[in-house]
Amino acid sequence: MPQSVNEHNDMPSGQQDKRPAARALSLRGMLRKNPGDLIFENVTRFFAFVVLSLVFLMVYEMSVQSWPSIRHFGFQFITSSEWDPVNDIYGALPFIYGTLFSSLGALLFAVPLSVGVAIFLSEIAPGWLEQPLSMLVELLAAIPSIVYGLFGIFVMVPWLQTDVQPFLIEEFGWMPLFEGAPYGFGMLAAILILTIMVLPIITSISRDVMRSIPDTQREAAMALGATRWEAIRIVLTGAKSGILSASLLGLGRAVGETMAVTMVIGNSADISLSVLNPAHTMASVLANEFAEATSQLYISSLIEIALLLFVMTLILNAIARAIVWRITRRFGATAA
Amino acid sequence: MSTTALYTWRKFKNATMLSLTGLSLLAVVGVLFLILAYTVSKGINHINWDLITKMPAPVGEEGGGMANAIVGSLILVSLGSAYGIPVGLFAGIYLAQTEKGWFARTVRFLTEVLNGIPSIVIGVVAFIVVVLPMKRFSALAGGFALGILMIPLITRTTEEMIRLVPSSFREAGLALGIPRWKTMMFVILPAAFKGIFTGIFLSIARVIGETAPLLFTALGNRFWSTQLDQPIASMTVFIYDYARAPFDDWNQQAWAASFILIMLVFVLNIIFRFVTRKTYTA
Repeated sequence: MPQSVNEHNDMPSGQQDKRPAARALSLRGMLRKNPGDLIFENVTRFFAFVVLSLVFLMVYEMSVQSWPSIRHFGFQFITSSEWDPVNDIYGALPFIYGTLFSSLGALLFAVPLSVGVAIFLSEIAPGWLEQPLSMLVELLAAIPSIVYGLFGIFVMVPWLQTDVQPFLIEEFGWMPLFEGAPYGFGMLAAILILTIMVLPIITSISRDVMRSIPDTQREAAMALGATRWEAIRIVLTGAKSGILSASLLGLGRAVGETMAVTMVIGNSADISLSVLNPAHTMASVLANEFAEATSQLYISSLIEIALLLFVMTLILNAIARAIVWRITRRFGATAA
Repeated sequence: MSTTALYTWRKFKNATMLSLTGLSLLAVVGVLFLILAYTVSKGINHINWDLITKMPAPVGEEGGGMANAIVGSLILVSLGSAYGIPVGLFAGIYLAQTEKGWFARTVRFLTEVLNGIPSIVIGVVAFIVVVLPMKRFSALAGGFALGILMIPLITRTTEEMIRLVPSSFREAGLALGIPRWKTMMFVILPAAFKGIFTGIFLSIARVIGETAPLLFTALGNRFWSTQLDQPIASMTVFIYDYARAPFDDWNQQAWAASFILIMLVFVLNIIFRFVTRKTYTA
């Protein structure tokens, strides 16, 4: 064992491998490697490389294809709200706005609800109930997006149109947020359907994070006379960054969600403050117009929207992962 | 505030907040059951042999089915599996074997990235890579998109399931002088097989419900087609088209198709959970 060679030297343990003896040992080990091992290792490495190159291929292809649009419109592409396929003028602002509005709106409902469910699952539910309940929540994530869309069109939209929206207009119509006519289809429907769709991911990550908080925290709080809720507040403080990262992952889902949103949002490229009006998101404009796009610039512009969407979700995921990574490192450090 | 008032207030707050968490759970589970109830009640009456054996009826006529869409979905998923499963599986094996190093770390991160990419963006990429050069929508393009979607899911479950196998298995194999690759293929993989296998089924369940990446790759087709270089129908695009159609009969067929789809997905999911839970406790 290389370790025993190093036993009688006073170098820091991290530098062991740099010593000539250890290097020689591993070199000899490499030469003695079974040829089958070498082949197997390289075959699996090749497939890992395929995964890596797929991501780079995606970025490369989308960049090349959207280049005409990037060169033609430049930065204006994301600041202009003129989307006019007839005259070949494209500005993506309404879609970016719609994407941000709908997904942030969905988070506004989904985060408190998810955290509530996560608290119930990790802190309150008795052991035998927790598993089946968690499974029910996670089944929500398994429902295909198209089924949410169908539910949206035939159940939620009519309900919004006849019950919810007339009430909103009656009571809150003076606010710009609730101005307009009760179409049913529109931003509100998209926000609600997205809320349901991002709930499972936020819930399950938040629950895991809360569960990883050591029991001593709860016990200490209770021992000082805290109520159950006050003890949970302590747990929440510890789980804060985990919940943040869960929310960002949820946001990433909401931003990219296509079918259900396309089916209920009403598809209109207008920027409106009101949640009652039809709107469009980046994903929904792709779903609606891509197959029918004719001119070169039109396709290129749509691909640029896809590229923007890709970058958006990439950033959201990277931040969320970085937070998770920091948490696990911290917990790893305390465990060691 | 006096001590007793403060005490009552704290107890009140405790009770309110705890019941709010219970209520949020009820709301979420309620929504799940609402969606299921609608799909079942609206779908079940329209499930009949016609739906799964007949072709779509011409516009304006009642009846008809989605036989071509079912076959189309199967073809698309098979195409995706044909390369998605090997890539995902071997990449997962690589990651499970290689914990350290910048390459393994990068691939692991990119797997997460790939998992987070919206499926519509994957559709756009498939359009660029397959549809543009071929100059037509095709089953191949749809299969290509679905395969990309499967890879991160399979890679991740494969890596996790292999890591769940106790290290004594590997040590026993190596101690007997079996080469590493044989230990992996004939000792560790069989031990992790159940989990990996159901993970693959779960990824199939996920992509069979995908619509967005098929819209401008496989496109959809009202006629019978099994040719790979031609547009092909799929259950999800069928639902999408029929849900938006102004005919009552078509809408009901969309519900029935959704019912079939949801049952398929749920059964696969529940099997997965059942199997993985057993693996964990073993």
